[in-house]
Amino acid sequence: MNFNNGDVVVTGLGATTPLGPDVASTWDALLAGTSGVTRITDEWIEPFPAQLVARLAADPAEQIDRVRARRLDRSQQVAVVAAEEAWRDSGAGDAGYDSLRIAVVVGTGIGGAMTLLGQDDVLEAKGPKRVSPFTIPMLMPNGPAAAVGLAIGARGGVHAPVSACASGAEAIRWGLDMLRLDRADVVLVGGAEACVHPLPMAGFAAMRAMSTRNDDPAHASRPFDAGRDGFVLAEGAACLVLERADAAKARGAKVYGRLAGAGGTSDGYDLVAPHPEGEGAQRAIGAALRDADLSPADIGHVNAHATSTPVGDIAEAAALLDAVGDHAAVTATKSQTGHLLGAAGALESVFCLLALRDQVIPGTQNIETLDESPAVQKLDIVRGAPRTATFTAALNDSFGFGGHNMALVFTTA
Amino acid sequence: MASTAEIQSGLAEILEEVAGVAPADATPEKSFTEDLDVDSLSMVEIATAVEDKFGVAIPDDELGGIKTVGDAISFIEKNQ
Repeated sequence: MNFNNGDVVVTGLGATTPLGPDVASTWDALLAGTSGVTRITDEWIEPFPAQLVARLAADPAEQIDRVRARRLDRSQQVAVVAAEEAWRDSGAGDAGYDSLRIAVVVGTGIGGAMTLLGQDDVLEAKGPKRVSPFTIPMLMPNGPAAAVGLAIGARGGVHAPVSACASGAEAIRWGLDMLRLDRADVVLVGGAEACVHPLPMAGFAAMRAMSTRNDDPAHASRPFDAGRDGFVLAEGAACLVLERADAAKARGAKVYGRLAGAGGTSDGYDLVAPHPEGEGAQRAIGAALRDADLSPADIGHVNAHATSTPVGDIAEAAALLDAVGDHAAVTATKSQTGHLLGAAGALESVFCLLALRDQVIPGTQNIETLDESPAVQKLDIVRGAPRTATFTAALNDSFGFGGHNMALVFTTA
Repeated sequence: MASTAEIQSGLAEILEEVAGVAPADATPEKSFTEDLDVDSLSMVEIATAVEDKFGVAIPDDELGGIKTVGDAISFIEKNQ
């Protein structure tokens, strides 16, 4: 087996998010400090303690053709929208790649919950014969990956890592591995999530994981702030196109940056709670740095997972301080996007690459009083307006319920 | 009782909604799978929509025998 297949670079980006229906509009809105969070006004929300959500800026069903949209769960629709943008952006579809060597890795945290729950309503109301024949392909967690594979004609393998809120980052790591192991020549990777529905909202709220700052949507997601009280559920998707550097160069592809390394660990500590000192997170970051052959001092920027939960942000800060140090400029973009769960790691990787390209670090919004924990106090957290900086390497970390820890290192090409 | 023409136009509406078939293409000689690119899962959806629109249930063992738009029209005519 050949383990030495050269550098892997990113040649295409795609996204549909609460901040915009594509990468460019999302990035512009992020740098402008715009919030994607709103309060749900539907009648069903009335008894819910947490009533905030970051909905998509554009309905994905209107971005793809009607007949295709009606056979896809919303989580698949967002995946297809983001994937098609990334694929177009990369130009890989016109580069003469053999479809047998094109692969897809798209993860999701929840999968087709809206279909599952919607069809359960049909079952209860009208009986089994009225349940849609598309129920299973729409609810299965590999559904977003499979829909993307079909959209771009990938025949080299379609995979769907499921590791809660680390799924998107895990998909990227998996894509890197596929190229290194020579299992494909081009891999479209990413994450997709769309589960704004009463049941997931009730479940997360029951865990006391969601913000209840219902009267102040734009300021509810406040990572690292002393007054943070939980995350805001968001929907969306982000995708990246990965290729070997030599192949991308040979075809004259635009290159956003290198995917230099990846690390993944598990806590072995608790099914839900993160290790209080972020021990597994530290190991994931350390593994990603070694994989990238970089030292902590090389990391100029960190896009933190920082979901705005009381426990999670502190554990992550401790892990970052230990594994990276206090020199890197840290941002928490969930303060504007909300938490895209299984798409978060993919979207924040897109942000890392754009930060590298533009040499600018988006600001963290809504920090009024920085949390008093020593680790948070020591980190260099970019607050408010974006900061221009000179840096060559950026780190994205993602964690998921289940004790999943993922870290990715991107560098300038 | 719907007339043959009413059944054909009603079926065309269903085909457009479920499978994106242009109404002008939904003519009796057309094969669902060969000509109109309607897959087996969509045929199940069409059968459900036919039941809603015409009050005619198409049992599973009959559905496989309906190959063309004309077959569907005849089945609905006979069983309505």
